[in-house]
Amino acid sequence: MSNLLDVINVKRTFPRGGGEELLVLDEVNLSLKDGEIVGILGRSGAGKSTLLRLIAGLARPQGGQLTYMGAPIHGPVPGVAMVFQSAALFPWLTVLENVQLGLEAQGLPSPEIRSRALAAIDLIGLDGYESAYPRELSGGMRQRVGFARALVMHPNILLMDEPFSALDVLTAENLRTDLIELWLGKKLPIKGIMMVTHNIEEAVLMCDRVLLMSSNPGKVGSEVLIDLPHPRERTSPAFEDVVDKIYVEMTARRVERMRQAQGAGNIAMALSHVSPNQISGLIEALAAQPYDGKADLPDIAYEQELEVDELFPVAEAMQLLRLADVEGGDIKLTHMGKRFADSDLNERKEIFSRALTTHVPLAAHIRRVLDERASHAAPKTRFLDELEDHMAEDAAEETLKTIVSWARFSELFSYDDDAALFSLENPT
Amino acid sequence: MKILPPVSIEARRLLPSGWDLLAAMLVLGFIILFAEASKNLMGPLSGISGQTLSLDPRLLPGYAVRTAMRMLLAMGVSLLFALPYATWAAKSRRAGTLLVPLLDILQSVPILSFLSVTVVWFLALSPGREFGAELACIFAIFTSQAWNMAFSFYQSLRTVPEELEEAGRMLGLSAWSRFWRIEAPFGTPPLIWNMMVSMSGGWFFVTVSEAISVGHTNIALPGIGSYIAVAIAQKNMTAIVYAIIAMLVVIIVYDQLMFRPLLAWADRFRMDETAGDDAPESWALTMYRRSKLMDLITTPFDWLMKWSYRWQAPSFGIRGAVREMDSRVADVIWYAILAALSLYGGWRIWSFAQAYLTWGEFGEAVGLGFLTMIRIMVLILLASLIWTPIGVYIGLRPKLSQVVQPIAQFLAAFPANILFPFAVSLIIYFQLDPDIWLSPLMVLGTQWYILFNVIAGASVMPKELRDAGDNMGLKGVLWWKRLALPAIFPYYLTGAIAATGGTWNASIVAEVANWGSTTLRAHGLGAYIAGAVAVGDFRRVVLGTAVMAFFVVVLNRIIWQPLYWLAERKYRLM
Repeated sequence: MSNLLDVINVKRTFPRGGGEELLVLDEVNLSLKDGEIVGILGRSGAGKSTLLRLIAGLARPQGGQLTYMGAPIHGPVPGVAMVFQSAALFPWLTVLENVQLGLEAQGLPSPEIRSRALAAIDLIGLDGYESAYPRELSGGMRQRVGFARALVMHPNILLMDEPFSALDVLTAENLRTDLIELWLGKKLPIKGIMMVTHNIEEAVLMCDRVLLMSSNPGKVGSEVLIDLPHPRERTSPAFEDVVDKIYVEMTARRVERMRQAQGAGNIAMALSHVSPNQISGLIEALAAQPYDGKADLPDIAYEQELEVDELFPVAEAMQLLRLADVEGGDIKLTHMGKRFADSDLNERKEIFSRALTTHVPLAAHIRRVLDERASHAAPKTRFLDELEDHMAEDAAEETLKTIVSWARFSELFSYDDDAALFSLENPT
Repeated sequence: MKILPPVSIEARRLLPSGWDLLAAMLVLGFIILFAEASKNLMGPLSGISGQTLSLDPRLLPGYAVRTAMRMLLAMGVSLLFALPYATWAAKSRRAGTLLVPLLDILQSVPILSFLSVTVVWFLALSPGREFGAELACIFAIFTSQAWNMAFSFYQSLRTVPEELEEAGRMLGLSAWSRFWRIEAPFGTPPLIWNMMVSMSGGWFFVTVSEAISVGHTNIALPGIGSYIAVAIAQKNMTAIVYAIIAMLVVIIVYDQLMFRPLLAWADRFRMDETAGDDAPESWALTMYRRSKLMDLITTPFDWLMKWSYRWQAPSFGIRGAVREMDSRVADVIWYAILAALSLYGGWRIWSFAQAYLTWGEFGEAVGLGFLTMIRIMVLILLASLIWTPIGVYIGLRPKLSQVVQPIAQFLAAFPANILFPFAVSLIIYFQLDPDIWLSPLMVLGTQWYILFNVIAGASVMPKELRDAGDNMGLKGVLWWKRLALPAIFPYYLTGAIAATGGTWNASIVAEVANWGSTTLRAHGLGAYIAGAVAVGDFRRVVLGTAVMAFFVVVLNRIIWQPLYWLAERKYRLM
């Protein structure tokens, strides 16, 4: 029997200014089998959502092939339903009307539409809310409508695009367990689920298999099988082992790549926006008890209530500045990191400034240019153009934004947004 | 940035209230006052009438500059009016109840009516010289620009986030510095957008305001508007083409040197951070910012403003408390003044009606009002049917929107008069009925508001919502009915409200068309007023104006306002 879904060598690009193309997904291969929940885990910007939209037939790939039950996907397929991050309900329709809409589009007879919609509403625990408008519902209830709207189609594949990430912790957990119970009890009219998430624990909690995506361009890097019985306990050692393993996989490669770029003095290293405050905050947390300078990444993420998407960039920035070492799923303060933690604000600025000039090639480069020029000033476009030779426009903007915020904190150089000008002057 | 319609929509009540009536009485009373008084002022006009403008295209750049300067001056006057007026209306509970309905009424009075009753006054200021005529012209442009700017600023002031206001008060900012540092910046982006709309409105009436023709008063101030008027009178097609080119150049210059930089500059004041919105850019702004000369010019103002903030002591304690002057005495005085004014206005209207009007004439005006109303409704309906699908199509394609927006902006400024030659020739050639075929000229400038707003609505339709629709297989009729139309409905309404109001105003130039000696006239209130103005019959000007204001305000209240609230309640995107 063929798989529910096959994705073979899929490639997706977005047009960029000047006729160039930005490669978002490249050589993506994956499959979904009957009875499986597969998670796609990756950082923001890894192209996870793009991949899901390709599978849903909402966008077309520039290369490769996607097949649903053996047939190529050319557009939205009735057997593939999607749950969106924001629920994407139609605010002008009631709960019942929202759930019925997809069936109406199929042109089914009214009695059938009604009975199926009511059944889906019943299944997902929305009884009594049929005539409510979405704006009257809480976030969790809205997302339930999102689920009901997808399930009512009796799809073979349910796609979920970070469906719990916009919800508060309690509501999200409640919805996750309800969904897993329905799935295990074979009450859901679906054969397989594919979900995109950036929450590692969520993936380990729900999925049979997790695919780790790497960025720039997005690729399926590795696969982690999760062979734990349901219901899964977040605190069990086996669960924590899997989570640890994923953390290690997700950090190791990026850290390695960063070291290489740093070593080569390559200025074109994309930086995600991390503020000096976040770095200071994490350093202080690490220096304090119970960590005493060293922590397990999953632990500190949990205890500091940080999403992976929030933690990784900060940890990487610390690695880049050599304020901490990220290795094997652990983060450990370096000597400089410890000194930073013990210092007052002025000393911190000095440490940061030195770290910038020695370890961040782009910051050093900008400073050098400013020093060399008689006016001690240079327009932003000068550096933006340099960066854009190597990376996408957005990434270049974000990288410069990050450098600006770091430089401002450390007083290495200043930036005037009105004139889009870097300079050495500080307002007196 | 959310654009609100330029009518009072905040009151949820249906029927016109006593305040509307009072506002109407005041406006009408003053128009009558001016009209009657100006009858005695006739005379000092011969000096500047009669000279004919030359159609030599070499003179056109000079004319263009003069027209542009008039527009700029009128814009300045409009700002000087709009800011204090809106602030007063928003800050004072007492004044607001009157000033807001007053704006509704003022907005519904056509520019020709204002012009016809005031032109003699302005001319009397400097007998025999152009100065008075220039003032009259600037005033006419002002009346086509000021009201929606005032509305926009008023609506902004009403929606300044509570926290900002409170922060300002905690810091001890005086009312003056709160206004300049909190309220004015907050209201700036929508105000600039409305200034652009106003500019288009000014252009639409440029012939009427420059080539003033009221009764025996005939003035043609050198400018593009008069140039067009003369070209039409002389049936000179080439000159009309020249005029269009000159207009295009002025509009582009305004856009590049004034509005683009303003928009880019005001972007910093935007509170709503809609994701994916590209910040507007302007080469001119970058130039201004880098120029030392600009610094030199603006620095004194900077100093002046900074000094003015200090001029008032920090207001803490009682001075800083929210003071609503709700003392009984003030109330009594205020209402006494209003009562006196309304009694005076009522008496004016009554004696005017007694002396000049018969029920028959009143019936005639109302009948013509209905004709114009039907015409407008049909036109807005047609424009909606055409522009809604096109607007949705464009709005869903960001690249296309960027191309279309400036073009539509230019078309919105296109004066109806320029199309007179084509309209008149076609109607005569095919022997068409002017009652029907002159009508399209009415929506010439205003239909674009529908397009603008539908494009805006479609472009902010959340991507996930569209994806959800695709995923569920929504297509064709169902897609329009359940997804596209509801999603753009609030935006469409804003556009339709603005378009309808504008179309009433436009009827005075579009229900009568001239080409050389041929004059085509449709039956309607616009033609009625225009005709009365042309022969200087103030009686009918006043009657027509009153009827038009009545139609506009009542329609706003019984159709647009309920629809607007329905849209806000049901179709607002979360």
